[in-house]
Amino acid sequence: MPYTYEDVIPYGEKDTSGCGLIGFIHRDGRKEDGNNIIKAIEHMRERGNGLGGGFAVYGLYESYKDHYALHMMYDNDDARKNTEVFIKSSFAIDLEEQIPTRPNKLIKNPPLFYRYFCKIPETYLQFQEPDDYVREKVIFINKHIDGAFVLSSGKNMGAFKGVGEAHDIGDFFRLDEYKAHTWIAHSRFPTNTPGWWGGAHPFTMLNYSVVHNGEISSYGINRRYLESFGYECSMRTDTEVVAYGVDLLRRRHKLPWKAVAAVFASRFWKDIDKLSPEERDLHTRLRASYGGLLFNGPFAFIIGFEGGFMAIADRGKLRPMVVGYKGDSVYVSSEESAIRLIEPSLDRVWHPRAGEPVFAFLKGYEE
Amino acid sequence: MKVIDATNLHYKQMNVMVYEAIQAGEKHIQLKNVLGQRFIGDGLRGEDVLIEIFGTPGNDLAAFMNGPQIKVYGNAQDGVGNTMNAGKIFIHGDAGDVLFYGMRGGEVYIKGDVGYRVGIHMKEYMDFIPKAVIGGCAGDFFGEYMAGGILILLGLTAEKGQPLAGDYLSTGMHGGRIYIRGKIDPSTLGKEAKPFELDEEDIKLIKPLLENFCKEFQYDIHDIMKAPFTKLIPVSKRPYGKHYVPGWHTLTNRKQLVPSSYEDNGYPTIRSVRDR
Repeated sequence: MPYTYEDVIPYGEKDTSGCGLIGFIHRDGRKEDGNNIIKAIEHMRERGNGLGGGFAVYGLYESYKDHYALHMMYDNDDARKNTEVFIKSSFAIDLEEQIPTRPNKLIKNPPLFYRYFCKIPETYLQFQEPDDYVREKVIFINKHIDGAFVLSSGKNMGAFKGVGEAHDIGDFFRLDEYKAHTWIAHSRFPTNTPGWWGGAHPFTMLNYSVVHNGEISSYGINRRYLESFGYECSMRTDTEVVAYGVDLLRRRHKLPWKAVAAVFASRFWKDIDKLSPEERDLHTRLRASYGGLLFNGPFAFIIGFEGGFMAIADRGKLRPMVVGYKGDSVYVSSEESAIRLIEPSLDRVWHPRAGEPVFAFLKGYEE
Repeated sequence: MKVIDATNLHYKQMNVMVYEAIQAGEKHIQLKNVLGQRFIGDGLRGEDVLIEIFGTPGNDLAAFMNGPQIKVYGNAQDGVGNTMNAGKIFIHGDAGDVLFYGMRGGEVYIKGDVGYRVGIHMKEYMDFIPKAVIGGCAGDFFGEYMAGGILILLGLTAEKGQPLAGDYLSTGMHGGRIYIRGKIDPSTLGKEAKPFELDEEDIKLIKPLLENFCKEFQYDIHDIMKAPFTKLIPVSKRPYGKHYVPGWHTLTNRKQLVPSSYEDNGYPTIRSVRDR
């Protein structure tokens, strides 16, 4: 009996999307423009649904690399004026400008984007670390100033995100004109919320950025835990707790990256029992101390930081993650094909095990 | 033979080309430069059709496939052979997660490693027995809730001392058989299946499959048969049958509510609960 393709695969009825992630780093510090990452995330367009996309980029502001680069999003010009009063009273701004954008037919009603390259006057810092100072200001703006959100606040890095297909967002922000050594991208939309410009991935805090495929079902516990350390969640979706969690563990509590991974995707108790006595002790302590930052539910993260990124999937590997490398370039993605689009001849490609972190460091930043 | 260059083709365009070629009577199709195109071979019929794929096919390769033979020269992604009915797949490389989900028939041969949740809920009915041979190692949940079919794991890529399969191996298994070339750490094994040694019947069952595997991927069957295999088969029927009936555990005289012919299977009906 003759049959057609549509008989078997009814297109237009099934939503086959599921977040798409891709990130890569040139460990030798070689820089490239955003064309490749845009191409790769576009290649996984079936994974996105046009309601969110974003990029975290490291090493793109070399001439202002000691300044905190505040990427701001404003709903309207009034919000900008209000916020600028606050920013100018908190920082010494060496450059402020509109983030250059390119009109894109498919990007509708974008808010205003500005960036400020700031330093902190020393007199403001008598009893505080500069990073803590910035963190406080970022959380203040997100929580208390209407219509203003901080997209990113790190040094020599920036986040670009919004509502639309990820590659259109990349085109809108003219990412093809930037050069950087680390590019991380995400498509689809914030979990459990309507897509809105601040809610797209990546979520950032200082130099840390997180893109996430999945859903954090322990959000309530994580959020309450982080609130006790002064992190107020205001993005209306789950992934921001990861960014704050990294900031807490890594910057404030100075945990090594492997320990951070062991907290986020901590081993099951039955697996901890199988370890050697020293390791058992370590993992028991980590789980007991930081139980509030154990992330439950399906996830695949790429966590970017100054000098590299960490990729990790949840303990049941409920979300896909593929890693490959070619020479000094390391690639992480949801689908192998997206990696092979950028780099067809990989030295090695493999699927990391559940809860097993994969690190890629710039040379000189190894841990 | 028809050659389709898949460079920059969307999966829908490419798959329609494949379908139209098969409708036109083409028996041998080569797909070149495949890069992440999804749904290749989905729902295809025709036992004498051969599709050769060069590159990296996308997710859900050969889902619901009903007859053709697919050869992949490269790695495959997630969801290969999802609910497949009949046909053969050879993958000259690794494959991702959730392979052969609910597979109902046909054969799959994979040279390299596979990811997590491989062979979940494979099933069989009379002559329809799905079979899969994996040359490398597998992740967690291998053969979880398996209800039928044959899974063979060879672990040829394993380093010494490395376990061939991950945790929760065969959890909830209630049908079919898993053959693993090596020993199993009992702590990774689910409660519902137990390891056994192979008998004559088993050898008769797996030998033709291993021969196919060796022929395609250039291995020596004697080398592969030399190492001892372990067989996993379920030791209970319907282990979760009673979990899905509301109020079942609170009933006092369960036996009376179950028709005697159903007793062994543990099939209480909703009606009998209401009657109480």
